[in-house]
Amino acid sequence: MTRFAKLLLGAALGLAVAAQAQAQSKGELHIYNWTDYTSPELVKKFSEETGIKVTVDTYDSNETLLAKLKSGAAGYDIAVASHDFVQILSREGLIQKIHAAKLQGYGNMETRWQNPAWDPGNEYSIPYDWGTTSFGYDTAVYTKPVDSLKTFYEPPAELKGKIGMFGSPTEVMSLALVYLGKPQCNSNPADLKAVSALLEKQKPFVKLYNSDGIQDRMAAGETVAHQVWSGDFRRARAQKASLKFLFAKEGGIAWMDNMVVPTHAPNVENAKLFMEFLLKPENSGLHSTFSGYPTAVKGAEKFTDQAVATAPEYLPPKDWKYTFAPSCDEKAIRAYDRIWTKLRQ
Amino acid sequence: MNRLRSLLLLAPSMLTIGIFMAVPMLVALAYSFMTSSPYGGVQMPFSVGAYVQMLYDEDFDGVQVFTPDYLMIILRSVVLAGLTTLACLAVAFPAAWFIVCRPPRQRQLLLFLVSLPFWINTLIRTYCWVLLLRDEGLINHLFEGAGAIDEPLPLLYNDGAILLGLIYTFLPFMVLPIYSTLERVDHRLIEAAYDLYASRRLVFRRILWPLARPGVAAGALLVFAPALGSFLAPDLLGGGRKLLIGSLIQLEFTSGRNWPFGSAIAVLVSAAVLIAMLVQARRGRSAAELAA
Repeated sequence: MTRFAKLLLGAALGLAVAAQAQAQSKGELHIYNWTDYTSPELVKKFSEETGIKVTVDTYDSNETLLAKLKSGAAGYDIAVASHDFVQILSREGLIQKIHAAKLQGYGNMETRWQNPAWDPGNEYSIPYDWGTTSFGYDTAVYTKPVDSLKTFYEPPAELKGKIGMFGSPTEVMSLALVYLGKPQCNSNPADLKAVSALLEKQKPFVKLYNSDGIQDRMAAGETVAHQVWSGDFRRARAQKASLKFLFAKEGGIAWMDNMVVPTHAPNVENAKLFMEFLLKPENSGLHSTFSGYPTAVKGAEKFTDQAVATAPEYLPPKDWKYTFAPSCDEKAIRAYDRIWTKLRQ
Repeated sequence: MNRLRSLLLLAPSMLTIGIFMAVPMLVALAYSFMTSSPYGGVQMPFSVGAYVQMLYDEDFDGVQVFTPDYLMIILRSVVLAGLTTLACLAVAFPAAWFIVCRPPRQRQLLLFLVSLPFWINTLIRTYCWVLLLRDEGLINHLFEGAGAIDEPLPLLYNDGAILLGLIYTFLPFMVLPIYSTLERVDHRLIEAAYDLYASRRLVFRRILWPLARPGVAAGALLVFAPALGSFLAPDLLGGGRKLLIGSLIQLEFTSGRNWPFGSAIAVLVSAAVLIAMLVQARRGRSAAELAA
């Protein structure tokens, strides 16, 4: 080996060691989140305060998250999962107990979101943000008052042929079950037949089944009523003021996204630091402004863009009944699938 | 030595086909004979349940009954893909002949125009049809503006819209192979036919069509196979009101969490396409032997 090559090798080794030392001293945090769901401003602020280097990786469905964590080769410290998947992930041993109730600032969380059904005692998870699912409609086209989901399942003449439904079977079934007053994850034959009959009867008046592009369709008047997530509808209403989100007397569906820590996370302490960071109202507000959804932290609304904080879609009546649809067992999923294929055969 | 060389030269393409085509197909075949795991994916034991499910499915009471649902979906997909192929042929043949008859420089330009859509993502191009066809879309606005209609025409979210979307997407796949065969047609044959008092129809039937047949066959396969499995056009333009094979497979792999069934349908489609290709290849070979 020539002297020059030796020198070069030595320098390279030195650099590598130095880089590693640096990385260790400040620490890292790998976040795995839905696309367009992590505020860059928030991440920057966290890095500035703690010196921790944050990397964000994204996914497009709970199933992708599950598959990635199952494959074992993930290396993420924080993942964001829907409430129904928190249960699945903990049952499969893919996320670890973090005892979130002991985190600094846990008390900042609204009491209604503490100790949720999908994670008793907040052992595995802490809420990220939440929303609801119901129908929204155009009050300029249908002027009569609406208080029931019936208006959309058995529509009046003004709405016929102009209703949009979600394109995913589980979400279509869960709201239909709420309307019928039946339990979720149902595999009772009589209830399933009732759901099937309801959707078959509604189909002639449904323009399309698609969960994408709702905002655009409602704003353009392509559909005048749509099954919709609160956040999508808020954006549509911003374009067309006559749109209204229904808090039906039968109730509605709610969902919560949660931060969890994968079992083999390399930087658990940093993950907890990030959670505590997000439990502070000012940081939670920053996140809420970016995601456009309300969070579970008290007082966050003061630091949130007012268009988000005061959106009527996020302020259901106090006594409104919402159901967090749990993850269903195989039997119910198979039955939903059958109703769904039959509906569209 | 020569043999080794040709083997080495062949290796990259064989490896590519092997890794990116044969292996995934074998995986799908294996999955189709397994049992579904609760949250997607497959597990043992071995089972033919997925294939049985195509004909006999459990009803809500848990009784096995004959279900025509999946057969209907398969049938509708085959009919739509077949119509797409015929329509593409009807448009592409004259277009290809037109291009062949232009001077070389114009030909280059026209071929470039045919392949131009490939430069833009299919999703975007399909979504543009939504913007054109919907009630508040360009076409309905034009008609309404001209006073031709009062109510918007229901152009979107039906089988017609799906068909249009499929034809639009796959037309270039028909034009290019037909063009490449027509380009090689010896024009003296046509002149000779005219000299022998053949009518234009006869020239087409006896000269052009037989010579273009390999291109037509290749084009038909290139259109039919992807049209059969397409799920963009059915979902976007059909409004998801009716399922086609492509969307059914996608559904089973996602929210249906029934990978074996999804795989079984995929295997069925692949097998059908493969058989069609083999039949085609054999016919092509016997035609070549006949010509020799």
